[in-house]
Parts: sequence; structure tokens; C-alpha cells
Amino acid sequence: MTTTDPTIAVRLENVAVRFPGHPAPRTLLFDAAIESGRITAITGASGSGKSTLLNLVAGFETPDAGRVSILGEDATPIPPALRPVSVIFQEHNLFAHLNVATNVGLGISPALKLDGEDRERIERALRDVGLAGFARRLPPTLSGGERQRVALARALVRHRPILLLDEPFAALDPGLRQEMGDLLAALQEKEASTILLVTHHADDVRRLADRVLFLDDGKVALHEEADAFLRRTEPAAVARFLGARSPAP
Amino acid sequence: MPAGRDRRLTRTLGVAGIVGIALFVGAAILALALAATGEAAGTRDTSGVFDAPVFDAYVWRVARFTLIQAGLSTLLSVAFAIPVALALARRRSFIGRIWIIRLMALPLGLPALVAALGIVGIWGRQGVVNDLFALLDLDRPVAIYGLAGILVAHVFFNMPLAVRLLLSGLDRIPGEYWLVSANLGISSFSLFRFIEWPVIRGLLSGIAGLIFMLCATSFTLVLTLGGGPAASTLEVAIYQALRFDFDPPRAIALSALQIMVTAVLLLALRWLTPPATEGFTTGRPVRRFDGRSRTAILADILVIALAALFVATPLASVLVSGLASDLAKLALDAQVHRALATSLGIAAASAALSVALATAMLTTRQILLSPRRPGRFAHVFSGSVAAGTSLVLLVPPVVIGAGWFLLLRPLGDVARFAPVVITLINTLMALPFVTRVLAPAIATHAARTGRLTTSLGISGWSRIVLVDGPGLRRPLLMALSFAAALSLGDLGAVALFGSQDMVTLPYLLYSRVGSYRTTDAAGLALLLGIVCVALTILGTARESLRERTS
Repeated sequence: MTTTDPTIAVRLENVAVRFPGHPAPRTLLFDAAIESGRITAITGASGSGKSTLLNLVAGFETPDAGRVSILGEDATPIPPALRPVSVIFQEHNLFAHLNVATNVGLGISPALKLDGEDRERIERALRDVGLAGFARRLPPTLSGGERQRVALARALVRHRPILLLDEPFAALDPGLRQEMGDLLAALQEKEASTILLVTHHADDVRRLADRVLFLDDGKVALHEEADAFLRRTEPAAVARFLGARSPAP
Repeated sequence: MPAGRDRRLTRTLGVAGIVGIALFVGAAILALALAATGEAAGTRDTSGVFDAPVFDAYVWRVARFTLIQAGLSTLLSVAFAIPVALALARRRSFIGRIWIIRLMALPLGLPALVAALGIVGIWGRQGVVNDLFALLDLDRPVAIYGLAGILVAHVFFNMPLAVRLLLSGLDRIPGEYWLVSANLGISSFSLFRFIEWPVIRGLLSGIAGLIFMLCATSFTLVLTLGGGPAASTLEVAIYQALRFDFDPPRAIALSALQIMVTAVLLLALRWLTPPATEGFTTGRPVRRFDGRSRTAILADILVIALAALFVATPLASVLVSGLASDLAKLALDAQVHRALATSLGIAAASAALSVALATAMLTTRQILLSPRRPGRFAHVFSGSVAAGTSLVLLVPPVVIGAGWFLLLRPLGDVARFAPVVITLINTLMALPFVTRVLAPAIATHAARTGRLTTSLGISGWSRIVLVDGPGLRRPLLMALSFAAALSLGDLGAVALFGSQDMVTLPYLLYSRVGSYRTTDAAGLALLLGIVCVALTILGTARESLRERTS
């Protein structure tokens, strides 16, 4: 039994995930403690295990060894729905045939039993993400950025202390990325939630992250303050990620 | 300019194809109509065909039964298919899943007559099901002939079809949905309500319409399992009216009703079938977190096992009784040799003809529609290709056969013309399927090679050998193989025209069943089943390939 440290939101202790794939089976190995109330960017080359790490926290992936604990509690037996996390993916966060209000409402009651107060909460959340009046619209009629904001509104009404974002801006063009990023930062400030943000964009790290967890080949290579990370010119993998500026002569 | 000569030749062939189809079907309808008016003029009542006494109680009863059995078959097939498709979509990776999905594709290629024998072997009076009841001291309670048999057979063919169509719809649900649902804690019932049912509902009208159409025009199954006039459909009644009662007026009345029914159904289908929405997914592998309770797993296992058993047992019955029969004797039977030769000849001819027709028409359409602003003729032609290739859906084979039967009778024994008429009817029957295989292939091929071959000046024979042949070889072979399977297994056309001198394999099989030479029948059924299924598998190879890679 580890002592509970309130400053740590998520702890991965020697967590191993084995993939049978080819040419050879692969084992990812994570060991990290993620601070609460901050935005941690999870970055690294594709295939380095970013999404797997997020899936471990969300409960979509079970560790083959080691332990994941969330808010000081062993998460192993907890099913995805009961974990104190909300998840937003790059795409398909909304059920395309259900309107915006219903999609947000599923965050309050998964069987969609909503009363007047719940509907007000939905309205308020939509206002908070700048989508007042969009309640009756269907997702396919929204832009990519608007759809992501609806997903964010649903996360707001769920009130889970940890927000997991898997490349949430990847399908958006630069202007919208900026907008979504600002919105996310504002919400984080207001709710003081812990955010894990998987991204392969150095810009997202510069704009949003307090901390950076850099993965390389299925292992945590670096875990440090964003400022320090952004100043790095080595190792090579990090330099490549940050935009391959040639080191000073 | 040689390329221009190519185009003119293709164009001539394409137009000739359309005209040929129209003449062939038109002559049949004209023969029926003429005979009908002659008949109406002959009766005292001259107010019109539809008031004529040929539309008697029997005809209406047959029409009603046709629709009722089709409705019930559709309902049962779909009701059975929905839980099976849901269970298969939920269980992504159990051992043998791919084999169960392949099993669901098998009935498609199986000749109806062979399936009917298999179904009798399981559900018939001496079948396995009644044997089991006999063990419980019950006196063989399952009676297969009549409505029950027709329903079992139609569910055997169409439940798997519905499962495959529903499953491919459910598989298009983005993988994220299941993760988001797991994160939100959406229960199994709510998942059905919010995710699965909307997908199913979207597909249901199209699937149900298709199955209804197939069941309303089903001939062989009703002929073999209907067991009498009480359970007869329009198609079977047309056949009986011509072949046994020789009552052309009745055949005409029935044919008119049949065409009306199919016309209404085809219109309804166009209405019902929603435009296919090709939702793009990020290709995230589907992982589902619902249905993890023991009861849910057991229920799914039960549903899948039941469906697999229902489809596999008649197939197994054909296999087992076929192997138990005296295959050596059959192999030496001169009648079998002749039937085999006739069947192969007709299958080869009709397959080649339907593929050639489809290729000529589709290529012509491609050429005509390729200018930026196609002319009026191009649009008319394109419309007639679509109509011509699916004309056989509107005017079913038995109706065309009936028309030609009446047309050729004055010229002597109809059996003399049988090979040609059967070949042509089989050609028409294959056209909708052949077109569906070839149309996209020809369009892609033209887009890929059209300009290059023209600019290089490759034309004529060298174009066929160097460019079109290699480029279209696979789809052409697939279409040929599928068309051959369809013709080999067909009993509808040959039933009207068959005779001592005109025997195909299905006809021989049917007559051996009729004369209670059941061991012979079992052996023939196995032979026919294996050949047709093999050809169908070849003819749909690309689909299964896509299945495996996705």
C-alpha cells in the first residue's frame, strides 16, 4: 500500500503492456507519477505508446504487470465508467444521429433520464463552450471544431476530476486549434482539473502544457516541466519533435 | 482512326445488346398479352382481361399466399438475423468467428433445390429433428411440406444474408463509440437504443424489401416444399398452369399479377433503400466493453450457435447423404453424363453471353458518358442499360419462359427450342449480378487506362490483349463464375421446357426426387452443391478478401 499523495493524480507503477504484434512482440513499460491540477502533455513519435498510456488510465487497456492508481486508489478493478476520468478522442466523440443536447445529456445520465435541472446544466455547459443555441443541431451539421467543443461540454457536465484528451485537435485546422486550446486552458483554470493531453504537435506543448511526459520506444524517456523540455536540443528524438532546429555551432 | 473504329464497334455491340434484351423480353410479354386479348375476345364478356373469369378465386388465393409467405419469411428472417448480427458484432474475436461469417455466405451459392433436399433431410418426416422428437416418444410432430417448409427454406437462405448485411452496417460504427460509451457508463440496453438500433433501423427497410422481393419470386423452394395447391405462389402456379393443366389464360392472369407485384416491390425498394452513407472512420480497431457479464456471454453464444446450427445442418445433411449414396453408380450413369454435359453447355454459354452483353453495354455507356457534356442519346442509353440489366427482376424468368412457351408452341415441340431459350433466360437472370460486379471494375479501368491507351494509339486486338484483358481479367472471371453457378443451379427455366431430351442436372435431380430415387438424388445434390458453391466462392472472392483484410 502506497501512501496517498494528494498532489499526484495518476500513478503508473512499472506498468507493462505486451502486444503480440509482428515482427516481434513488443512490451511497453510505463513508470510515472502525474501531478494533479496541471496539464501534462504526453508526446513522442507515433508508435511510442502515447495512446496506450491514455487507455491504461481510461480503463480501456489492462496492464499485464504493474499497477495503475488514480487519485490514490488502485484502479485495476474499476471499470471504465466508474473511473474519475472523461475521455475525448480525435474524432467520433459524438453519436452522429443524436442531437447536441442528447450527446451532452448522456454525460449526466447514460440512460438519458434527465430532469429540468439537468437540461439547464446542459444549456450552461453549451454556453461555456460557446455553443449556446446549438442544442437541437445534429453533429454532422457542425464543424469539426464545434463537435470537439460539444465533447468538451459533455466532459464539463460529467465533472470528473481528470480529463484525458487523445489528439483532440488533430483533425482541426490551425485557427481552430488555437481556439480550442484557449478554451481548454480557460476551463482548466476554472475547474482546476487534471488534464492528460496526448499530442504530436510541439505547438500544443508550447501553448498549453505545464508538464511534459516524453515517450520513446514504449518507455518514459523524460518527465519534466514544459519550459525545460522546450529548451532542449538533445536527445535527438526530442530535438526532432521540437522542430529539428539545428544545434548552435 | 483505329480508336474510332473500336468505339463504333463497341457502340454497335452495346446497342445491339439492349435491343436484343428488349426484343427477347418484349416478345414474351407480347405473346402473353396477345394470347390474353384473344382469350378475352373469345369470352362473352369483352369488358377486359381483368374482369375475365380467369381471375378466379384460385388466382387470387395464390396471389394472397405469395404475399403472405413472403411477408412471414421476411419477418422471420430479419427477426432471427438481428440478434445474430448483434452478437457477432459484439464478439469480435472468438475462435471460428470468421468461419461462421463464411458459413453465412454459403447459402447464397447453393442451388435452391439442393438446399431444399438438405432441409428435408433435417426437418422432414424422416429427418433429424423428427428423429429427436421420436426419442422423446413424440410421433414425428414436424411436418415440413406446406407453409412451414417454405418458411424454413426462406429463412435458411435469407437470414444469413440479413446477418451479413446487418453485420457490415454494425461494423461501420466508429470504434470510438464503444470507448466513449464505456467511459460514460452506457448500459447494454441503452447501447442498443442509442447506437445499435439506429444503425439497424437505417438498414432494415432495404434489407426487408430485398428479402421480400426474393421470397415473393421464389420458385424452386415453393415447388419442392410447398407440397400442393394450398401452398402455391404465383411463379409455381404459372408453371403448373402451363405444364400440367395446360391452361394458358390462367398462366397469363398469373403472369400479369406477378409482374404487377414485382413492379410495386421494385418501386417500393427504390423508395425504401436509403442512400448508402459511407461514414469514414479513423480505422481504430473496434474494442467493446459491453456484454461482459456471464449471462450476456452465454446468450450470445446461444444465439450464434443456434444460427450456425440452423444454417450448417442442412448443408451437412446434403454432404452426409450425398457421400452415403452410390456415387460410383452415378458416375457411370449415361443420363447423368448427358445432363452434366447439357448443364455445362448451357452454363458456359449463358455465362459467356451475359458477361459479353454486360461488358459491351457498360463499355458503351462509359464511352457515351465520357464527354464533359454527354448528349441526349447517352442519357437514354445509360438509362436503358440500367433498366435492361435488371429487367429480369421485373419480369421473372418463369414469366419470360411462359411467354416463349406460348410463342413457340405453334411451331411444334417446345423442347426443340429449349436449349436456346433456357440459355437466354439464364443469361438474363445473371445480368443484374454480372453488372454489379463489372460496372465498378470497368469504370475504374477506364479511368486508369483510357487516356493513356488513346494517347499511345493502342487499339483493336492489341488493346484487348495488352490493356483491357489483363486489367479486367479478375472481375470478368468472377462475373463468369457467378453467372455459371446461377445457371447450373437453376430449375426455373428448365422446369417449363425440360423433357426426356432436354435434361439439365437440376432437372434430373428434380425428377429423381419425384420418382423417389432418393439415393441418386442425394448424390446428384452433393455434386451440384459442391460445383455451385465453388463457383460462387470464386465469383465473390474479392469480397471475402476485403473481409479478411479489414
